[in-house]
Amino acid sequence: MPVDPAVIGRVYPPSPPYEVGLETIKEFAEAVHAEDPAHRDRDAARALGYPDVIAPPTFAVIAAQRSEMQFFNDPDVHIDFTQIVHGEEDFVHHRPIFARDRLIATLFVDSVRHAGGHAIVTTRVELASEEGEPVSTVISTMVERGGAG
Amino acid sequence: MTEVTTTARPTFDAVSVGDELPPHAYPLGRWELVRYAGASGDLNSIHWSDRLARKAGLPDVIAHGMLTMGTAIKIVTQWCGDPGAVLEYTTRFTRPVVVPDDDAGATLDVRATVVSKDEQDRTVTVEMTVSCGDEKVLGRTRAVVRLP
Repeated sequence: MPVDPAVIGRVYPPSPPYEVGLETIKEFAEAVHAEDPAHRDRDAARALGYPDVIAPPTFAVIAAQRSEMQFFNDPDVHIDFTQIVHGEEDFVHHRPIFARDRLIATLFVDSVRHAGGHAIVTTRVELASEEGEPVSTVISTMVERGGAG
Repeated sequence: MTEVTTTARPTFDAVSVGDELPPHAYPLGRWELVRYAGASGDLNSIHWSDRLARKAGLPDVIAHGMLTMGTAIKIVTQWCGDPGAVLEYTTRFTRPVVVPDDDAGATLDVRATVVSKDEQDRTVTVEMTVSCGDEKVLGRTRAVVRLP
């Protein structure tokens, strides 16, 4: 079933805070071969000028993907999740993510289009601190194969 | 693990357009896929079940696109010595990385070249090539990095 273009521009309510765990950063860093001590050792991160251990550049995807589920679970969105492939991913970091950050995610539907028999959806997640400081912008493009109806 | 020293970090002034970063290669076996699934919370079954991957129309289990993207950026972070200096990172997922359930798995080959410098922001843009065997698996892969 096609995605209703009426969802374009939709903004979902901000998520509850995602608290960034030190051990979660370490485990993610191991999983992406990120060996830098700044992902594990506070002193190494401080030597680079950061207040705490920093997350690898793609760590923001964890909080972003949780937020994106609001779109896929939206009753106005009829997407066959088994036919989804990841098209593109973009990160813009306003500052690094630190251990113990409490991130609020706000999800925007930037575009929905149909091409080549597929539905192509671009969402944007703005991650910010609880005080409203911008942290990361995560833009994801998902392709639903055969989703043009 | 070797100690990363800040003295070896490239400075903005010392970097030129056309500079090539030291190439990297990474093994991607089923073990790495399961580890990334656990660490990221992305439990999509096409990344661990042969049966469900084939049911979804794939030749075999494939790597998470975000595992490939997340691993590839190390060529940049190791070169610049500061993972927090990556201001932007973007890619297209052009081909799936098929990971057979054997001892060899797949291998990611990553290369990167400095393609532009922004004098005002003291940032450089690095274009990356990420391939598996003879096939490029990511497209238009770029990172913007701030250098001291």
